[in-house]
Amino acid sequence: MADASALGWWGVPLAIVGGAVRVGTTLLWVSLGETVTEKAGRINLGLEGTLLMGAMTAFAVSLATGNPWLGIAGAAAVGIVLGALHGGLCSLARVNDTAMGIALMLAGSGLAFWLGKPLIQPTAPGLPSIVLGGWTDQPALKAALSINPLFILGLVAAFAVHRALGHTRVGLRLRVVGDSENAARAFGLSPAAYRVAATAFGGACAGIGGASLSLVYPGAWSEALSSGQGIMAVALVIFARWDPRRCVLAGLLFGGASAVSPALQALGYSQGYYLLAALPYALTLAMLIGLGKPGPSDGAPGELSLNR
Amino acid sequence: MSTVSAAGSLPVAAAPAQLERLRGFAKSLVPAVAALGLTIALFSLAVALAGFDPLQVWSLIAQGGFGDAFAWQNTLQRAAPLLLTGLAVALPAQAGRVIIGAEGALVLGGLAASALGNVLADRHDGPGLVWPAMGLAGVLAGGVWIGIVGWLREKREVNETIASLLMSFIAIALFNQCVETVLRDPASLNKPSTRPLPDALMLPSMPGLDVHWGLGLGIVVALVAWAVMRLTPLGMAVRVAGGNPRAALGVGLPVGMLTIGACAAGGACAGLAGAVEVAAVHGAANGSLVAGYGYSGIMIAFAARFSPGGVIPVAILVGGIAASGSLLQRRLGLPDAAVTVLLGFAFVALIGCETLRGRSFTSRRAPHG
Repeated sequence: MADASALGWWGVPLAIVGGAVRVGTTLLWVSLGETVTEKAGRINLGLEGTLLMGAMTAFAVSLATGNPWLGIAGAAAVGIVLGALHGGLCSLARVNDTAMGIALMLAGSGLAFWLGKPLIQPTAPGLPSIVLGGWTDQPALKAALSINPLFILGLVAAFAVHRALGHTRVGLRLRVVGDSENAARAFGLSPAAYRVAATAFGGACAGIGGASLSLVYPGAWSEALSSGQGIMAVALVIFARWDPRRCVLAGLLFGGASAVSPALQALGYSQGYYLLAALPYALTLAMLIGLGKPGPSDGAPGELSLNR
Repeated sequence: MSTVSAAGSLPVAAAPAQLERLRGFAKSLVPAVAALGLTIALFSLAVALAGFDPLQVWSLIAQGGFGDAFAWQNTLQRAAPLLLTGLAVALPAQAGRVIIGAEGALVLGGLAASALGNVLADRHDGPGLVWPAMGLAGVLAGGVWIGIVGWLREKREVNETIASLLMSFIAIALFNQCVETVLRDPASLNKPSTRPLPDALMLPSMPGLDVHWGLGLGIVVALVAWAVMRLTPLGMAVRVAGGNPRAALGVGLPVGMLTIGACAAGGACAGLAGAVEVAAVHGAANGSLVAGYGYSGIMIAFAARFSPGGVIPVAILVGGIAASGSLLQRRLGLPDAAVTVLLGFAFVALIGCETLRGRSFTSRRAPHG
């Protein structure tokens, strides 16, 4: 983005598109996982903590092994553990999932900061990007056309999850559990087992989303790595109307909003820089206000505590 | 939200009322005691895995938080804002609203208080006018900010938990923008700040204590909030609106106004915390205000079971644990985030052990013995 000025004002939309993909990758993965969790009738507000634990783990494993893909696997594994923990604890009677999510958000970020203390200085091998812009000499265009592989994988995963939820036996059962616990019991399904599995899946996705922060963009570990992307992604699920394919759109749109302020700054236009950093949060809030309360016709699961 | 009555709801004819009440009280303690044990076990394990001696860590926490007069001073200094951010979560929770954005209300409160304080200081106003004005500015800024969250929930059914955190990030961006540009003191080079208050306008220590008046203010606010919630019809109405909105509407209570009001009252407490931090500790509004007090307040309110009175001891305990962080770092080289982990573990254990509520491990033998 340093050479965006070579393209004049055209650099701004280009940088925003590039940023939309980079930041959107994180949002896409987290909201994709949370869609599955919520489809089973559980909400996980602790994904902010999972995101940070995933980012820290991915960075540490990549640093130790030199292989960023192993880092992503590690992040997914940590996400599974945290997700299963949330799912399991919330299955106990009288344990509130909103409260437990907040608790795990604080515990997860604290743990990531503790374990990540020695990781602030070094640089770990990041994920190599897929270069589509080999034909151009414009560095800004080249940067925008370097797609990170996690975005492509996320795209594939979104369509696969859509297919799985809509057209497989497991997907159908998961949705029954999320829509009506009584109906699920009548079918002989165990709501708790499905919810724990769905929350673990959501955790794995959030862990991968975290890996995209520390291995792709910004591509380093710091305590300021995530500023609410975890909780934003939970809100984006409402925007995506619990449709995994729309998570891609949501991720790109809100990722693009996050890229506006750095893109303008690269051009030397720095007025309102700090205020523009609030754009993705303001847009998310405006979206929540505009949509109002989602109902069953929006795809909202009936058992979701968010909607009761 | 009432704990004792729920736990002791099974009437046993033969048992005397007092014994029954005692048993109900003992039962209500089960989850808290279990959570405490679990927290100690988990954190000891984490510390041991990190290569430290758990016993030494615990004794340093006790020493650093409550060991001597200096430790107590440090603890109470931190407890002052924690009391208020705890109330910022506890008061909306009384009306059934889970607000987690006190951090944003705190920084805006501090910013508003600092801006107004500087204007009044330029006019050479005395502390008798400046302090109440700064407090009011903080109360209004925080109250409006979280009041908006409550209003959005009421009018558009926007989930208040998510909205309050989003509003918190927006507040911090707004804060940064003001501190970096329009309100920036040109003399603050490395750390952008608003102009500092003159020394004569800094909130002094309470007599006999080396702790500023913010602590006293926080305790008074908590006690007043407790009295209003427990002893007045208004408090009763708020708790009914939170506990059973349908019943509240049925008896003609203005549920919307009550819940929005509880949210605004919570935000006002957080805003006041920001004003006190500026007037008593930092002197100006800058990045030091964004210290995570708002997030610790969430845990404090849950641990106090949303009781405005219960927030007082819990805030002091958490303040002590937070204060011990620097001692742990100096003596053992334990990262300061370890304290956050301890509080996080305690929070998880506390919520998880709610599952034990209402179960008794003593009276299983006989039906009424």
